[in-house]
Amino acid sequence: MQTYKLTVNGQSKEVNVDPSTPLLWVLREELKMTGTKYGCGISACGACTVHLAGIATRSCVVPISLVGGRPIVTIEGIGEDRAGRAVQDAWVSEDVVQCGYCQSGQIMAAVALLKSIPKPTDANIEASMGGNLCRCGTYVRIRKAIMTASQKLA
Amino acid sequence: MAVASVISKESGLSRRSFLRVSATAAGGLIVSLYLDSSLLAQPKPPAKIYPPDAFVHIKSDGGIIIQVNRLEFGQGVQTSLPMVLADEMDADWSRVVAELAPAADVYKDPVFGIQMVGGSGSIAHSFQQYRELGAKTRAMLVAAASEKWQVRPEQCRTEDSVVHGPGGQSATYASLAEAAAHIRVPENVPLKNPRDFRLIGKDTRRLDGRAKCDGSLKFGLDLDLPGMKVALVAHPPVFGGSPKTLDDKQARSMPGVVDIFEIPTLRKGTAVAVVADKFWTAKQARDRLQVDWELTGLGKPDTTQLSQDYRKIAATPGNVAVSRGDLKALETSNPADQIVAEYEFPYLAHTPMEPLNTTVRFDGDRAEVWAPSQFQTFDQMAVAEVLGLTPDRVTFHTEMAGGGFGRRAVPDSHVQREAAVIAKRLQGTPVKLIWTREDDVQGGYYRPMYVHRVEIAVGPDGLPAAWRHVIVGQSIVADTPFAAMLIKNGVDETVVEGIADTHYEIENFHVSAHQPTVNVPVLWWRSVGNTHTAFVMETLVDELAARAKSDPIVYRRKLLNPEGKNLIAVLDLMDEKSAGWRKNLSQGHAVGVACHECFGTSVACAVDVSIENQRPKVHRATVAVDCGRAVNPLTVESQFQAGMSFGLSQIVPRGAITFKDGYVEQNNFDGYTPPYIADAPTAVDVHIVPSDAAPSGCGEPPVPVISPAVANALSHLTGKRYRSLPLTVL
Amino acid sequence: MTSTLRRTSVIFLIATAWLSTRAAVAQDTATTPGGQQAGLAAWQQVYSVLTHPRCINCHTATNYPEQGDDRHRHLFNVVRGPGGKGVPGLNCATCHQGENADSTGVPGAHNWHLAPLSMKWQDIRDKILPSAEICRSVSEHSKEAGGVLRHHQQEPLVLWAFQPGRRRDGTERSLPPLTHEQFVAATRTWVEAGMPCPSNP
Repeated sequence: MQTYKLTVNGQSKEVNVDPSTPLLWVLREELKMTGTKYGCGISACGACTVHLAGIATRSCVVPISLVGGRPIVTIEGIGEDRAGRAVQDAWVSEDVVQCGYCQSGQIMAAVALLKSIPKPTDANIEASMGGNLCRCGTYVRIRKAIMTASQKLA
Repeated sequence: MAVASVISKESGLSRRSFLRVSATAAGGLIVSLYLDSSLLAQPKPPAKIYPPDAFVHIKSDGGIIIQVNRLEFGQGVQTSLPMVLADEMDADWSRVVAELAPAADVYKDPVFGIQMVGGSGSIAHSFQQYRELGAKTRAMLVAAASEKWQVRPEQCRTEDSVVHGPGGQSATYASLAEAAAHIRVPENVPLKNPRDFRLIGKDTRRLDGRAKCDGSLKFGLDLDLPGMKVALVAHPPVFGGSPKTLDDKQARSMPGVVDIFEIPTLRKGTAVAVVADKFWTAKQARDRLQVDWELTGLGKPDTTQLSQDYRKIAATPGNVAVSRGDLKALETSNPADQIVAEYEFPYLAHTPMEPLNTTVRFDGDRAEVWAPSQFQTFDQMAVAEVLGLTPDRVTFHTEMAGGGFGRRAVPDSHVQREAAVIAKRLQGTPVKLIWTREDDVQGGYYRPMYVHRVEIAVGPDGLPAAWRHVIVGQSIVADTPFAAMLIKNGVDETVVEGIADTHYEIENFHVSAHQPTVNVPVLWWRSVGNTHTAFVMETLVDELAARAKSDPIVYRRKLLNPEGKNLIAVLDLMDEKSAGWRKNLSQGHAVGVACHECFGTSVACAVDVSIENQRPKVHRATVAVDCGRAVNPLTVESQFQAGMSFGLSQIVPRGAITFKDGYVEQNNFDGYTPPYIADAPTAVDVHIVPSDAAPSGCGEPPVPVISPAVANALSHLTGKRYRSLPLTVL
Repeated sequence: MTSTLRRTSVIFLIATAWLSTRAAVAQDTATTPGGQQAGLAAWQQVYSVLTHPRCINCHTATNYPEQGDDRHRHLFNVVRGPGGKGVPGLNCATCHQGENADSTGVPGAHNWHLAPLSMKWQDIRDKILPSAEICRSVSEHSKEAGGVLRHHQQEPLVLWAFQPGRRRDGTERSLPPLTHEQFVAATRTWVEAGMPCPSNP
């Protein structure tokens, strides 16, 4: 067991956990932040996506011991970001979600895309969102919502 | 009526005004189980009077909470059923909040007689019910107002949660709620004329949309209770196995591990439960278990062996599902005028995005369960049975689910049983049982493997002169409470649906099925039998069309009989809406067409497909649907856009569960891979046939048509016929 | 000719002869069968490491990395991206951190990314390129890598190949056929031999 100081959504947090614990489970069980989801545990689905020092990161495979001082932003905090808010609003206005379980990860990936490529093409969207699974299959509406958010941010 | 415990929401509701739940489910008899859709035409049992106050709570601040008698797992029912009720009630939609109802007699599906979601029946079976509930609630509010104002109810009108009297009086529903609760529930209330609908039929965004986008909505897996422990179970690698030796020393030594013990599991097997303070501890502890499994004497399924065996069996007639006319033409016709085809379909896993989970707390004389369950009645009974309680002593909360597709509707309630056994041992402590993704992929309850053998004699007119069809594969409902209703003459109807009841005019038609016993637990996978039957029918019909040098849409119109009029209508609509792009295909693209009716809904689609990097790329799909009255057209559109992407699970390269010497070969999304965005259609336009008919379902109908449509397009591109899924080689 | 001139000429001739024998000796080291052979042999050792999965999985010709000892296409649709670091939302760093994560089975090293296409060791059909071709490529691009010897000595991703960590099932990833020290030594021998390349493929 070791103590780690984390910055999550701008706030300082301290946890005492086994160093091998993935960031995902630190967020969910130590910090009770369940917006970041467990879908597979092997970085195949992206439901666990957070931003680590601004980079979309799959928290299920990152042991807490490798996080260091890098600031963490989760779905609970992404709305404070202009692009994050635009993506969430677009997701709602385009009625993207079905079961919704994958959508935290989808949104975090989409925000990373738009912050880097504000006017993405279909090919950009397909590449950047290419590793996020949606079992319900809401991909058609995800594409539309990203375009809507992009227009809003322009 | 005894008052059961109120659901533990923190809204401070008075029990009397909110929930009166009848405690009549003791003994667990299933009443009025009508699953065969043809039986729906028969007179229903006497209509229950559903107490509106079990479904609607009007808060003093004007908020309206509507109980949904279904699990919400993506299909949008927590918006569409409240829409129905709120419309008849003339409620202010902006104040409506939906909740998922707990397990209780009053929330049972009116047709099936159990609380459940499945069979695409949510709207179909509860549309009338929720209309009546809304109308009755309105009537009671109007009665209260008219009594207060000493006017006649007919003199009042309602709008957006306000009753307006003839003399300019008005009162909000909130102000009338208390008085309305004392009004006797009217038996018969007139329903709205559909032209007066304000919500039904209009695109309405989901009520749970925002909460699913900001991380605030809690699913079953997110539940957190004081003192809660997490349990993982090490299951035998072959169904029915048990530990020969168990060394848990290393596991027990980990800090945070609470207990490790054996529990019964499915197929009379024994598993090992690990209980710990948190998930990661439990997982590490389970990884450190040293188990030597006893597997002798167990059936060891093997895909290669099953494939050989099934093909051999398919050459012989099975139990008869359909026998009309005669098959002489098959004997007399030239082999050149015959199509002989063998199709093979693998086991499929559902893998809903939210892993399976259930939380149980056992307190000795009662228990509480939290589960994202599609089968609340069965699951509640199962937990009660394990804990030695009557079902009414088990409070069963329905949690929001991250997908289901049939996986959370298990007749033997095996996940809930495991959780209950563990909770029993840890009496007083809530235990959350989680199946990891590996447990899920390897844990069984798959869509069965099937082989079809089809022999068609093609007549001189290009239409089928005779058709022999043999299907081999496990029965889904055998050894479940559904067996009596759905197995006829040794044939499980869910195996042959989509073929036996086809609307294609096949005068000389013989359909039979063999249902072998295999040591693999199986289950319905979104659209059930239609998953494989529609693929066979729609690719064969396309092949017949090609042989007759006929356009595939024209051919289908010709082949469909009058009972298929809804299918003809959707073909026409699809034809009209896709004609533009079908005539302007890019180089290297082809169109594929398919149509299918299931669960009362007719669907036709056309897809634009090319081959890129050796994979089918679906650029666009045009879909036409007849689902009767579309309660929420936005939901219908969503279901078809997303459902088609789901349907493509069947064709993506790693879309198969395979067995080798008894072991499942895949264990996570790396080996069993659902469609990603690149595998899904880029654009899907959905067109709904305008209709006043009673609503039918949209949960499953999107799934069967997409795979054959894509295969048909590929056949145009490659000249090959595709007989086995997934499509690994084009 | 005067005696002084004759003496100077003799000294000049002797000096020239001496210098040319020195040059001949130097040339012999590189081009004599002994030196050339040692260099070529060293190259084969280097080649055996470069084409081991731990290296070749990131030295692809395609727009994606490979993974595993069977060098299958990296799962989850990860792509090369403009800088070999993936694309926003799906970067290499989305999963791969600065060190191996043995508890979750994901390998890691500082600045995990793909080698540029100029450093591909296989063709677009995943066929390993012949020794002569890779040899030519390495010697041509040595400067880009800051000198191939330095690259093999110090680049974290190269060092990673020799400590590649555990998979999620607990098994160790397979190692290249040489140790890092042997690999560096072979590289040095090859470089000092003038980077000779085999003539046949």
